[in-house]
Amino acid sequence: MRISKSPWLLHYDGSSCNGCDIEVLAATTPRFDVERFGIINTGNPRHADIFLCTGGVNSQNKDVVRQIYDQMPDPKVVLACGICACDGGIFKDCYNIMGGTDTVIPVDVYVPGCAVRPEALIDGVVKALKLLDEKAEKMKRGEYKSLTSAEYEAARRQDAAEEKNNA
Amino acid sequence: MTMIGMIAVIIYLVISPLIACLISGVDRVVTARMQGRKGPKLMQPWYDIVKLFAKEATSVNDMQKILVMAHCFFAIFSGAVFFAGGDILLVLFALTMAEVFLVLAAYSVNAAYSELGAQRELLQMMAYEPMTLLTAVGFYLSTGSFKVEDIIKTDIPLIIKMPGFFIGFCFILVIKMRKSPFDLATSHHAHQEVIKGLTGDLSGPVYGFSELAELYEEVLMLGIVGLFFVTSDPLSLAGAAAAIIIVMFCMSLTDNIFPRVKWEGMLKAAWIVTFFAGGANLVVLSLLNR
Ligand code: SF4
Repeated sequence: MRISKSPWLLHYDGSSCNGCDIEVLAATTPRFDVERFGIINTGNPRHADIFLCTGGVNSQNKDVVRQIYDQMPDPKVVLACGICACDGGIFKDCYNIMGGTDTVIPVDVYVPGCAVRPEALIDGVVKALKLLDEKAEKMKRGEYKSLTSAEYEAARRQDAAEEKNNA
Repeated sequence: MTMIGMIAVIIYLVISPLIACLISGVDRVVTARMQGRKGPKLMQPWYDIVKLFAKEATSVNDMQKILVMAHCFFAIFSGAVFFAGGDILLVLFALTMAEVFLVLAAYSVNAAYSELGAQRELLQMMAYEPMTLLTAVGFYLSTGSFKVEDIIKTDIPLIIKMPGFFIGFCFILVIKMRKSPFDLATSHHAHQEVIKGLTGDLSGPVYGFSELAELYEEVLMLGIVGLFFVTSDPLSLAGAAAAIIIVMFCMSLTDNIFPRVKWEGMLKAAWIVTFFAGGANLVVLSLLNR
């Protein structure tokens, strides 16, 4: 059985202007009935398979985002929804904004748009489901373990240092 | 244990999860249709539980794992005693024991939402426990035995003697099956007030075990509903099955009509129903027995 038959979502609002949140929430309301696909909008990282993050990450909530990510059991997929979550978007140059979601945790799927269009969002989730299955397969063979947020941070630091050296 | 009892236990152990998944799948579809949606696939609960077991095994502490396993064990054990024709009091006490283990598991992680969930679970137990015990007493008064194998030897369906107990039991079934109220520990509703509370800090296979226990529990509870209809005539089993289907449907309906019942309401309502429906029936039965 494929794990994508029962993907449970977790939605977290970083520093979004709420435009993307409304789109994400609208797509998970009973009207659109995502339960058809076995999707449950859970509020609990420990039960979630897919992490939908909207808005950029700021210096106050970066630890929250890290903690949510670390509490999710493998296999898991992170979706950055909206251009703010992809790279900081319109808030990019704000003093408190670190940038997109990928400044603190590894992101698997980037869904652009301001605000993110429901069609794009659904497209993104479909991609995420494929990834989820692939990760589950690899995990079964013992070839996969996702990075923790601390490991990711270290890897980013190292990359930045190398880049500096090369330059 | 009789031969039939042994076979019943084996059947119970092997196919309960599948049957319970099918029942809750139908329930989810029916609920969705009542709300004008299409709803999930029929076997969605099965996909969910299989997925949970495929996830990474993490747990907050070792104690939590052991307690959840104990919860699962006692839930399965109580069902096995029931289907083996054992003592219904033992069944109910083992079931309470199972619940207590889950509550302890939630307390063991020392997290806010788990703790809140555990408290609500205790309240929930306070709401339904009197009625389950009264039901056992009712079976005793009408058949002279606490043993399930003796209870099913009756000539007339027990619902005739125990309508009040039946109403009371169906009422608490809605709570016990985690349908209403919506703000309960680990209610099935897609709301996030206590973030699943009780099971909030379980993940992957550990959560899977608690879900598995719930499936076995569901079959046991529906078995007790059936007990009101089973007689010495084997044909009565069909009647019991029909009754279970009707009860399940009524449960979905009640749940959808009263989607915003809170736990205070539950406590009051459960005790009032227990007192009037269960109590009145108890008085009548004891007068008849004199
Ligand atoms: S991408 Fe646009 S709509 Fe979405 S959070 Fe950023 S500014 Fe708001």
